Amino acid sequence: MSRRVSNRRKALVTVIAWAIGIAIFFPILWTVLTSFKTEAEAIASPPSFVFFDWTLENYTEVNERSDYFLHFMNSVIISLGSTLLGLAIAIPAAWSMAFVPAKRTKDVLMWMLSTKMLPPVGVLIPIYLLFRDFGLLDTRTGLVIVLTLINLPIIVWMLFTYFKEIPGEILEAARMDGAGLWEEVIHVLTPMAVPGIASTLLLNVILAWNEAFWTLNLTAAKAAPLTAFIASYSSPEGLFYAKLSAASTLAIAPILVLGWFSQKQLVRGLTFGAVK
Amino acid sequence: MGKISLKQVTKAFGDAEVIPPLDLDINEGEFVVFVGPSGCGKSTLLRLIAGLEDVSSGTIEIDGQNATEVPPAKRGLAMVFQSYALYPHMSVRKNIAFPLKMAKMDPAEQERRVTAAAKVLNLTDYLDRRPGQLSGGQRQRVAIGRAIVREPAAFLFDEPLSNLDAALRVNMRLEISELHQSLATTMIYVTHDQVEAMTMADKIVVLRAGRIEQVGTPLELYRTPANQFVAGFIGSPKMNFITGEEAARFGAHTIGIRPEHCVLSTTDGTWKGKVGVAEHLGSDTFLYVTVPGMDPLTVRVQGEAGVHHGDTVFISPVAENLHRFEANGLAIRQATA
Repeated sequence: MSRRVSNRRKALVTVIAWAIGIAIFFPILWTVLTSFKTEAEAIASPPSFVFFDWTLENYTEVNERSDYFLHFMNSVIISLGSTLLGLAIAIPAAWSMAFVPAKRTKDVLMWMLSTKMLPPVGVLIPIYLLFRDFGLLDTRTGLVIVLTLINLPIIVWMLFTYFKEIPGEILEAARMDGAGLWEEVIHVLTPMAVPGIASTLLLNVILAWNEAFWTLNLTAAKAAPLTAFIASYSSPEGLFYAKLSAASTLAIAPILVLGWFSQKQLVRGLTFGAVK
Repeated sequence: MGKISLKQVTKAFGDAEVIPPLDLDINEGEFVVFVGPSGCGKSTLLRLIAGLEDVSSGTIEIDGQNATEVPPAKRGLAMVFQSYALYPHMSVRKNIAFPLKMAKMDPAEQERRVTAAAKVLNLTDYLDRRPGQLSGGQRQRVAIGRAIVREPAAFLFDEPLSNLDAALRVNMRLEISELHQSLATTMIYVTHDQVEAMTMADKIVVLRAGRIEQVGTPLELYRTPANQFVAGFIGSPKMNFITGEEAARFGAHTIGIRPEHCVLSTTDGTWKGKVGVAEHLGSDTFLYVTVPGMDPLTVRVQGEAGVHHGDTVFISPVAENLHRFEANGLAIRQATA
C-alpha cells in the first residue's frame, strides 16, 4: 500500500530531518572549528563561526606536549584486542545458544544483558584493587581484559541474533553431507555469518575506542589511550578550549573515518533481526 | 545396500512422547512413503533415521549394522529438505560437490560426478550460479543433485515438493519416480499429501500420533484399509462414512463407501437425497448429496452426470466395495452379503 504524500509535507519532513541531523552533528563541527581558533577566540562572545584567524598553533602545541602516536597505538591495541578476544569467546557462546538452546538459554542471555545495567562506578573499587594486586594498572593487557568483559554481553547478543537468522536446516544439511562440527563451522556457518561478524567487530571497535570510564580510571601514562589524551587537556583553570578541541579532533578523526567507510555494514548490524 | 530396520524405537521431547515404541523394516531399493496428517510424527521419524534427532530408546539398523549412536555424517544417507537447505554462499557446482569434498574425494572424480549429476538433472547451464539466482524447481534439483552424487545407501526426502507450485510438483514427482527407477536405491519420502504417497510409493506407511496405522502397497491401503483412519486418509475425494441405523443394517458400527463406488440413479436406489453442489472437472463430476439422517455424501460420476442443484437422486453403494468398521474403528474383514 502506498500513501500519497503532498509536496509540502515532503518539504517539511526534509527540513525537520536536516535540522535534527545538523543538531546532532553540530557539536562535532564546533569542536573541529574551535580547534583552529586561538584560545582567546575560542571563548569570545559572541562566538565567530568561520570568520576568524585560522591557526594550526593548537595542533603544534598538542603534538609538542604529548605523544599522540603512543596514545593512538594504545587505542588501536586496546579496542582491537578487546574486540577480537571478545569475538573469540562470543562466537562459540552465541553459536551454542542459537543452535543448541537449553531450557535456560533465554535467562542466561537476559542475565548477561542485565550486567550492562549496573553502573560501572559500583564495581570500580573492587576492580581497581584487583588490578593493583595483579599488577595490571596502566597496562594494555589490563584494559583489553576489562573492555572485553564490559562489551562481551553486547557482542554475544549481536552474534546470537545474527546466528538465529541462519536456518538450522542448512547446518543439518551440512551434517547429512558428511561435515563434522569443525567443517560445518568453517565451510558453512562462518561464511554465512561473515556480514554479522563484521558489523559486530566494527561496532565493538567503536565502543571500545570511545570508552572513557575505565580507560581514565585504570591508566596513568604508559597505557593511556586517546580518551585519556583528550582528558589531559581539560584543566580546572586557564584557557584550554582550543587545545582540548584540537586533541579531541585528533582523537575522533580515525574512528570517524572508519565509521564513515563502514556505515552500511554498521546500520545493517544494528538493525538486523528487527525486520524480517 | 539400503536396508533399514527400526526396532522398538521411541522418541520423547521432554514429557511428550511423539513416537511410541515402533517397529519398521524398509527393504533394499524400496520407495517408502511416510504419510499422515501434520503433527503425526512422520518428519520426526525421518529425522531419527537421519540421525538429526537422537532416539529415546530402541535401535536403528542400517544394512545390518547398529547405527543408533552413529552421527548423521557417518550413516551414509542423503537427505533432501523441504526448504532445500542449499548453501547460499556457494555456486551450484560447489553445492553439489560439497558432500564429495567432505569425503575428501579426488577433485577429478568430484568434477566427473558433478558433471554427470548436472546432466541428469538439467543443471549443466546453471553450475556457476548461486542458489539465489535459481527458480524453486531448479533449487530442488540442486538439492537432489547434492544427494545423488554421493551414491548414498538411501535417500531421505522431507516434504520436498511442498514449496513448489502445483504444475511443477507433478513434474518433480515424475522426475523423482524416474530417478528411483534408474538408481534403484532405497528412498524414504515424507509427505502429508496422499496423492504423492499413492503415485510414488512401493510401500506406504500411514502414521497417526506417532503410531503406524497400516503398512502396505498403495492399492492394499486403498482396497483393504485396516481401520477407519486409513480408509478416510487414503483416496480422494474422501471416503463417505455412515453410522447409526443405516450402518447397523450392514452389521457394522460404521460403514464406508468411496465416492467412486456409489451408483447414481434418478429412479431408484438405497438412499434418496437432494443434489447440493456439483463440481465439474470435465472427466468427472463430484456431487455433494444431502440424504436425511446422514452426513452429506460425495458421489463421483464419470463425465457429466446430467443432474442439477436441487434434483432428487438415488444412491446405491457397490456391495463388494463397501467397508465395514467396528465401534473402535477397526475394519471388519468379511465379505459383505
